[in-house]
Amino acid sequence: MLNYILRRILILIPLLLAISIVVFFMIHLIPGDPVQIMLGDKGSEEDAARIRAELGFDDPLHIQYFKFLSNLMKGDLGRSIRNRNPVISEIQNSFPATIELTILSMVFASAIGIMAGIISAIKQYSIIDNLTMIGALLGISMPVFWVGMMLMLVFGSELGWLPISGRISRVTDLNVITNFYIIDSIITQNWAALQSTLSHLVLPAVTLATIPVAMIARMTRSTTLEVLNQDYIRTARAKGLPEKTVIMKHVLKNSLIPVVTIIGLQFGSFLGGAVLTETVFARAGVGRLLINGILGRDFPVIQGAVIVIASFFVFINLFVDILYSFLDPRIHYS
Amino acid sequence: MRKFLIILMVLAVILASGGTVMADGHEGEYGGTLIYAQGADADALDPHMTTLGNSADVIVNVFDGLVRFKAGTTEIEPALAASWEISDDGLEYVFNLREGVEFHDGTPFNAEAVVFDIQRQLDPDHPYYLEGSFPYAGFSLGMIEEVTAVDEYTVKFTLENPYAPFLKNLAMFATMIVSPEAVKEYGEDIFKNPVGTGAFKFVEWVRDDSITLEANEDYWDGRPYLDELIFTVIPNNQTRLLELEEGNIHVMEGLNPTDVERVIENDELELLEAPGLNVGYIALHNEKEPFGNKKVRQAMNYAINKEEITEYLMGGQATVAKGALPPTIWSYDEELEGYPYDPEKAKSLLEEAGYGDGFEFTLRTYSAPRSYNPVGARLATAVQQYLSEVGVDAEIEQLEWGTYIEEGKAGKHTAAFFGWIADNGDPDNFLNVFFNSDNRGSTNRAFYVNEEVDQLLKDAQQITDEEKREEIYKEVQQIIVEDAPFVFLNHMKMQIPVRTNVKNYVLYPTNNKYFHKVWLDQ
Repeated sequence: MLNYILRRILILIPLLLAISIVVFFMIHLIPGDPVQIMLGDKGSEEDAARIRAELGFDDPLHIQYFKFLSNLMKGDLGRSIRNRNPVISEIQNSFPATIELTILSMVFASAIGIMAGIISAIKQYSIIDNLTMIGALLGISMPVFWVGMMLMLVFGSELGWLPISGRISRVTDLNVITNFYIIDSIITQNWAALQSTLSHLVLPAVTLATIPVAMIARMTRSTTLEVLNQDYIRTARAKGLPEKTVIMKHVLKNSLIPVVTIIGLQFGSFLGGAVLTETVFARAGVGRLLINGILGRDFPVIQGAVIVIASFFVFINLFVDILYSFLDPRIHYS
Repeated sequence: MRKFLIILMVLAVILASGGTVMADGHEGEYGGTLIYAQGADADALDPHMTTLGNSADVIVNVFDGLVRFKAGTTEIEPALAASWEISDDGLEYVFNLREGVEFHDGTPFNAEAVVFDIQRQLDPDHPYYLEGSFPYAGFSLGMIEEVTAVDEYTVKFTLENPYAPFLKNLAMFATMIVSPEAVKEYGEDIFKNPVGTGAFKFVEWVRDDSITLEANEDYWDGRPYLDELIFTVIPNNQTRLLELEEGNIHVMEGLNPTDVERVIENDELELLEAPGLNVGYIALHNEKEPFGNKKVRQAMNYAINKEEITEYLMGGQATVAKGALPPTIWSYDEELEGYPYDPEKAKSLLEEAGYGDGFEFTLRTYSAPRSYNPVGARLATAVQQYLSEVGVDAEIEQLEWGTYIEEGKAGKHTAAFFGWIADNGDPDNFLNVFFNSDNRGSTNRAFYVNEEVDQLLKDAQQITDEEKREEIYKEVQQIIVEDAPFVFLNHMKMQIPVRTNVKNYVLYPTNNKYFHKVWLDQ
């Protein structure tokens, strides 16, 4: 097992190298010069040329790539072109916000999606089943942006139950240590900040969960239906096991493998959703870091963020693969 | 009756002691936290390291320049310099600095600090010069030949050539003075550790989320009313307005044209408006056919209904431009007639120019809204429609912004939409920028060449007599409107929605947000 994990981590190196090449050349080949974007309507051609030379953009592309790579090996992702902040600190600032949002959202999506899927499957073709599947269809079809605005209008503005935007109330003080506001407020025993952080997470997390919850519900329903028709379920029932035990012990465990795969893959697509969710709800996360980077052609920021996100994604999938062997003892890694 | 009078007097005494009477006779209340919401985060908080408005808005509250803009105007008044003399040849500026001022880190403000700050931007051999970091220095300080400390509180600038707008440059956010000790201490990280002499001190910056400032108790121009000032980032215009309506923020920028009514109808909100120092235009490439022909350029101006565009398309957020200068700038020529909508005249001018059957050309546009154009590429569609009515066929070509601006400077367009926001409130900053033939390849995007205009613009830079300068600029405006190198389109108004308990907020023509004199009715 340990061997397997180590091997998977080693594979990460060529993988990230490949990603770095693709990202580097892709962003350098799309039109748009960061210096021109930075100067905008202002600045003369001489100013632009001077700044470009000082930032090393006059070098041939492959030289720039090797410079980037050799810095990367030293753990240096460079500094942002727009604000000179070290990229690593930009990522440290924004990543925790996205992780908090993603994890909470995934918990929402998994809990509700799996539950709805199983109930649908057990009560196939009932009213509950039909309603759930219509709900799932709606969830997949509604634009994230729109869902966010609607939730904000209803629960934030009209009912006033939940805050509208931000990560934490703008007048709440929090001593930031890890940048995970939940963890920081627990460490410093700042319960007001914890409450504020959690309440600020609800609407964006629900918004971000709408598409995954629908996908998970549909996936769970179809795999559960498949498992329900297996011989071993008939055997379990024939043994006289209570229906609850059959569902929880035999059906659930066997139907979850494809669902876990979907959840793992959804983590990646969450990032796409995070860009929109973070914009609507004014959360300072990695989605916004990336989109600002792309709009400003801030090459070091884009490269850094993509590499960190890719590694994260690979680790999640590794975790999912390991999870398989717990769910299904037939799966062994050596 | 006597009892009533006594109560009234007691009340009057209580009220009078409760607040502080401000210089202009209004009462200001001390204390409170004001939250201002912007659409994007600042990029750098060192005045010299940014061109971004969102950064400038924070910077003008933390730093001071040698001089500053009088509230709500582009007139100059003393700031860190108490007085100054300009030599007759316009080459030497001697500033007498305010004594006893300290930066927020306790460093004394003096002539050495000024010299250090200027040299760090201009001299690549200076130990604290940062490569690729000073985008504005060429424009704002490039005319300086030498800067020296005469004594502790006297500093002398020598210019390469006379440059009349120089004082206005020194009032810009980009030339505000940074603590030299802070520059030495923070090195490359100075951009996120701003230390100035301004009304507010920097406390904290949470990237993409908020920047917190606190009152500078020892501010040389009097402590600000607010205890705390927070700049928060809310990227979405609708979310931002919702937060304002809920009272979670106090002032915001970036109002959608469609939301203007909603703000006006809300009793808890007030919409502050003022004309802006900006212009939106179409640059007609004067070296390319058919725009080499003056009559064609004039016809383009007559053919487009700017009243309809500003009133309906831009939702009344803009006014019609008669020339290149905004009407509120000093030296604007009130007698300009501009080009009223007159399609018949456009047709006859085209006829005279030999384009009676019309012509085809490529009209370039960017996609997203910009501060001088709230509707982005939709403006191009409207212009295309008007032109088609006089037989001119404009084919719209949309480019990504970075490429757009790069090719615009290089002159690869035949006709393209651009705009300009004032840097220093001087007419030179519009007319010389747009129409000096030396600026072809950077800001003269019409590639307009007129030797007479070049000479006049040069004269106006070198004369310090304001009346003479005004005369020259009026002459230039007449020539430019007649020559029509641009299609002059619109000037955007500044619109800032605030909560009604925000008092004494003044809109500045440069569109920077100053909070020194603002107070909250709590």
